[in-house]
Amino acid sequence: MARYIARRLMWVLLVVILVTFLTFLIFFVIPPVDPAILFAGRAPSERLIEEVRQSLGLDHSFWVQYGLFVKRIFLGDEYGWPGFGLSFVTRSPIRENFLERAFVTMQLAIGAAVVWLILGVLIGLTSALKRGRWQDRASMGFALFGVSAPVFWLGLMALYIFWEKLHWLPGTGYSSFSEGVGQWFLHFLLPWVVLALLFAAFYARMVRGSLLEAFGQDWIRTARAKGLSERKVVYKHALRASLTPVVSLFGADLGTLLGGAIITETVFNLPGLGTYVVRSVQNGDLPVIMDVVVFASLAVAVMSLVADILYAYLDPRVRYS
Amino acid sequence: MTHRFSRDDSNNGKPLLEVRDLKVQFPTPDGLVKAVDGVSFKIHRGETLGVVGESGSGKSVTFLTVMGLISSRDAHLEGEVMFKGRDLLKLPEVEMRHIRGKEMGMVFQDPMTSLHPMYRVGYQIAEAVLAHEATSKKAAWGLAVDLLGRVGIPKPAEAARRYPHEFSGGMRQRAMIAMSLVLNPDLLIADEPTTALDVTVQAQILDLIDRLKTEFNAAVAIITHDLGVVAEHCERIQVMYAGRVTETGTGDDLFYRGHHPYTWGLLQSIPRLDAGQTQRLLPIKGLPPSLIFVPPGCAFHPRCPYVMDVCRTEIPTMRLEEGEHAAACHLSSEEQQRIFTEKVLQQT
Amino acid sequence: MTTTSQPSTQHVGVRPLLKVSAVRKYFPVTRGIVFQKRVGDVQAVDDVDLEVYPGETVGLVGETGCGKSTLARVITKLHEATAGTLEFDGEDYTHYSRKQMRPLRRQMQIIFQDPYASLNPRKTVGSIIGDPFRIHRIVAKDRIKGSVQELMERVGLSPEHYNRYPHEFSGGQRQRVGVARALALTPRLIVCDEPVSALDVSIQAQILNLIEDLQTEFNLTYLFIAHDLSVVRHVSDRIVVMYLGKIAEIAPQADVYRDPKHPYTATLLSAVPIPDPELAKARRRIILQGDVPSPINPPSGCRFNPRCPRAQFPICATEEPLLREVGPGHTVACHFPLADAGDLIEDSRRRAGSDSPLPTPPAV
Ligand SMILES: Nc1ncnc2c1ncn2[C@@H]1O[C@H](COP(=O)(O)OP(=O)(O)OP(=O)(O)O)[C@@H](O)[C@H]1O
Ligand SMILES: Nc1ncnc2c1ncn2[C@@H]1O[C@H](COP(=O)(O)OP(=O)(O)OP(=O)(O)O)[C@@H](O)[C@H]1O
Ligand code: SF4
Ligand code: SF4
Ligand SMILES: [Mg+2]
Ligand SMILES: [Mg+2]
Repeated sequence: MARYIARRLMWVLLVVILVTFLTFLIFFVIPPVDPAILFAGRAPSERLIEEVRQSLGLDHSFWVQYGLFVKRIFLGDEYGWPGFGLSFVTRSPIRENFLERAFVTMQLAIGAAVVWLILGVLIGLTSALKRGRWQDRASMGFALFGVSAPVFWLGLMALYIFWEKLHWLPGTGYSSFSEGVGQWFLHFLLPWVVLALLFAAFYARMVRGSLLEAFGQDWIRTARAKGLSERKVVYKHALRASLTPVVSLFGADLGTLLGGAIITETVFNLPGLGTYVVRSVQNGDLPVIMDVVVFASLAVAVMSLVADILYAYLDPRVRYS
Repeated sequence: MTHRFSRDDSNNGKPLLEVRDLKVQFPTPDGLVKAVDGVSFKIHRGETLGVVGESGSGKSVTFLTVMGLISSRDAHLEGEVMFKGRDLLKLPEVEMRHIRGKEMGMVFQDPMTSLHPMYRVGYQIAEAVLAHEATSKKAAWGLAVDLLGRVGIPKPAEAARRYPHEFSGGMRQRAMIAMSLVLNPDLLIADEPTTALDVTVQAQILDLIDRLKTEFNAAVAIITHDLGVVAEHCERIQVMYAGRVTETGTGDDLFYRGHHPYTWGLLQSIPRLDAGQTQRLLPIKGLPPSLIFVPPGCAFHPRCPYVMDVCRTEIPTMRLEEGEHAAACHLSSEEQQRIFTEKVLQQT
Repeated sequence: MTTTSQPSTQHVGVRPLLKVSAVRKYFPVTRGIVFQKRVGDVQAVDDVDLEVYPGETVGLVGETGCGKSTLARVITKLHEATAGTLEFDGEDYTHYSRKQMRPLRRQMQIIFQDPYASLNPRKTVGSIIGDPFRIHRIVAKDRIKGSVQELMERVGLSPEHYNRYPHEFSGGQRQRVGVARALALTPRLIVCDEPVSALDVSIQAQILNLIEDLQTEFNLTYLFIAHDLSVVRHVSDRIVVMYLGKIAEIAPQADVYRDPKHPYTATLLSAVPIPDPELAKARRRIILQGDVPSPINPPSGCRFNPRCPRAQFPICATEEPLLREVGPGHTVACHFPLADAGDLIEDSRRRAGSDSPLPTPPAV
């Protein structure tokens, strides 16, 4: 197992390096704005631009620049470790800003993941248990809706109904935990649900399918034959077997969730990494983009590793092979 | 017996299980599947009943219904299943659950898929104990280990901690038997317990069931399609065809004085290991019938070489020959005896 | 390895249709996800010698995993042999390419166990049976349908079912389709890999009779594989008993029940339930301990030694017994072949009486 984890970690590293390299390449070859001009401020002289170019290391070749970037990430810079670098746009260290925003995104992502798992499993379970009845049809109708509705549209519709019309919710923006749990919760509720809906729908279908498959298994019949209560049969035997594959998918899907977070943050005006990266792309703020990409790919890779380890832990057949 | 908890032993003399005119019909999009169509039989303590018949003849459905694993939610049920004086078909599910696993155990055909892949074998056996007895987890685990040892698994304490995929097919089937016997049930139902196993392992498992039956003073029903298995291990045999019982009696009754053309057909279509000169087999012609459109009259009539006019319209009833030997066929007893001695004995 | 013992008296001077010499099939066992490392072999078939003569039926029995199907697949070149040579009618085809195999394919067909899995569900039965005609272009296109229907009739399928799909057929009917497909090219040798194992007794008898009838009609030679000894004995002229990748015994049909020489054959025979209550009661059975061990690390010496009631140590655990002749056409690979079947019962009783019970092999 330890060797397996070590090897998987090597993979994580390789993936991160590859992803950053490609991102770097794209922004090096087709920069949206010349960063030096951006950094040099309003109406700069040729010389100033040249100086800026040198101080930012932009006069080096592609390889050297990439090398410097990797060095900064791994060895840190004057603002700490890991090195987040300097923004081209604000001309200030990225570090603090980044960490703050990462915290917002994390709250969004974790909350959404919780909502999505709970919704997905509950709906999947209900519809599997009430197979063919109205609960099943309603659940699967919801699932179809959730899978096909775009996050962007969903978010706007939800805002329109619950904020604009019904005044149930306080609207967009971020309210930190320290400002009061209630406000924090209400501000996050809609983003969580909207972001989670797509996945919840998808998972509901998956849970339903794998539960129904489990119900047809011989060992379920065995469980009933030994006189277990129906509750134990469902929750201990069927659910255990059908949730195990869900776990490994969950890890992989957390990555996709980050993608969804960008849109959600934009719609709900949350100061997270999503809005940050969108703005930075518009501004050509390469260091910020690179930081977010490194962070995101690392998060995705590590999450899927954790999920795989969890899966192996949950399924002895995998654990021992 | 170290682990007996309690047992109601009051109804001696009477059969342990008596099924009367059981009907099980599944509604399907294609029509009503008459899987079991008026089946009656008894099993006594200390006795092994063998149930044989072709695939789809309703063997499993009969016993799944006895176990309450097919209920009125899944199918239309009729008849009586009297077990220790109670009609199980009328029992509410809560009470039925306490009979399943405690008073009746069942072993299924495929040992590879009958155990939960993610729980330890010992846990799965202990779970059966905890479902019925107010004992500690530790005591239940101890019982599981004890039973694993008694069904012949080496190093039972270690084996209990292992997962099913670490067991071979034979060991899994032993574990299944341990699970179904852990609460010392009165009735053990074994649904093709050895079909998926090799002959040498089959011999071990059947031998084990024989021994445990005596040790636990239980009644056993073995469902199989192997006539050899019933000949060697069962006191009484019941032959089923298209959801009905066609003939029932002791091994000697069926093998040496069988009365039903379907029984004859089965005997003549199996190659015998001990046959001196190998003869040509005499297969039953045609195919088993559909259970939605069961042939009218005797369900066997489209395949029967002795079919008469009456067979096509009237369902034959069970006619008692001698002792408990009975068959459902319109041919007269004398005719049947004549055909059996002249044709069947020659062939087998 | 004594290959000289093979031909029985009636085959002297006849060239075998199929000759398998010292054939091995090992499947590598690998570990690792990215870089696969070979950590051992599944010795599925190990040094097997076998000859099949024209017009005879050789039966091959053995328990799950002993290598029967693997051998069948090696013979029909669905697997490449790891070592050894294969000859068909004197022609060495061990290393033939797919293209070189084509003319041989016509003469050598295989029927599989699972009548459900081995037929393409999206093709009509007519086109499944007709495929070999099309592939080998031996029947004019406009005549294919007629020939297929003829074949269908011959194997007991109604020619009107030409346009039906496999799922509309019962197991026995599907197996008939398999037989018809194998017959299409009028082969000389048909390898039948458990053709009746999935069928009910009454249907099984129909197929066994069909296979027998076709043999005389088309002058076929069969290699007939099954795990059911009674079925194998019923159809075969000679019986080959395999255990864990090796041949334990080859015996003429008449000898195998009456006079088994290998302890494994004898225990196998005694484990088969006999549908005759009197006989069953009178019979003394030998119940083997344990399961068939893993072919990954087979026991040394005689592979049967951990379960053998007759084993004597150390020789059975150190020296591999070679096939040697014990009677006309009867060869056995055992250091202590049985004089008569009663011997083994004595052996197992002696074992049971002594303090050392039969060693239980590790679980597989
Ligand atoms: N839940 C169900 N819904 C519809 N039909 C069913 C159901 N369960 C069983 N059947 C049908 O009932 C018939 C009897 O099935 P059963 O399993 O009792 O046969 P069997 O005698 O045990 O055969 P086998 O030897 O193949 O196990 C079959 O035709 C089967 O298709
Ligand atoms: N493609 C493969 N890769 C690895 N191992 C294999 C492969 N095919 C077969 N084996 C192994 O080779 C051994 C022999 O298998 P084979 O299928 O020949 O047995 P068999 O005698 O036909 O058994 P059965 O009666 O179950 O059909 C088994 O241990 C099997 O697991
Ligand atoms: S009742 Fe008629 S058709 Fe049925 S088994 Fe007897 S003789 Fe044959
Ligand atoms: S060689 Fe030894 S172990 Fe092998 S079968 Fe003969 S007696 Fe038994
Ligand atoms: Mg069944
Ligand atoms: Mg095979």
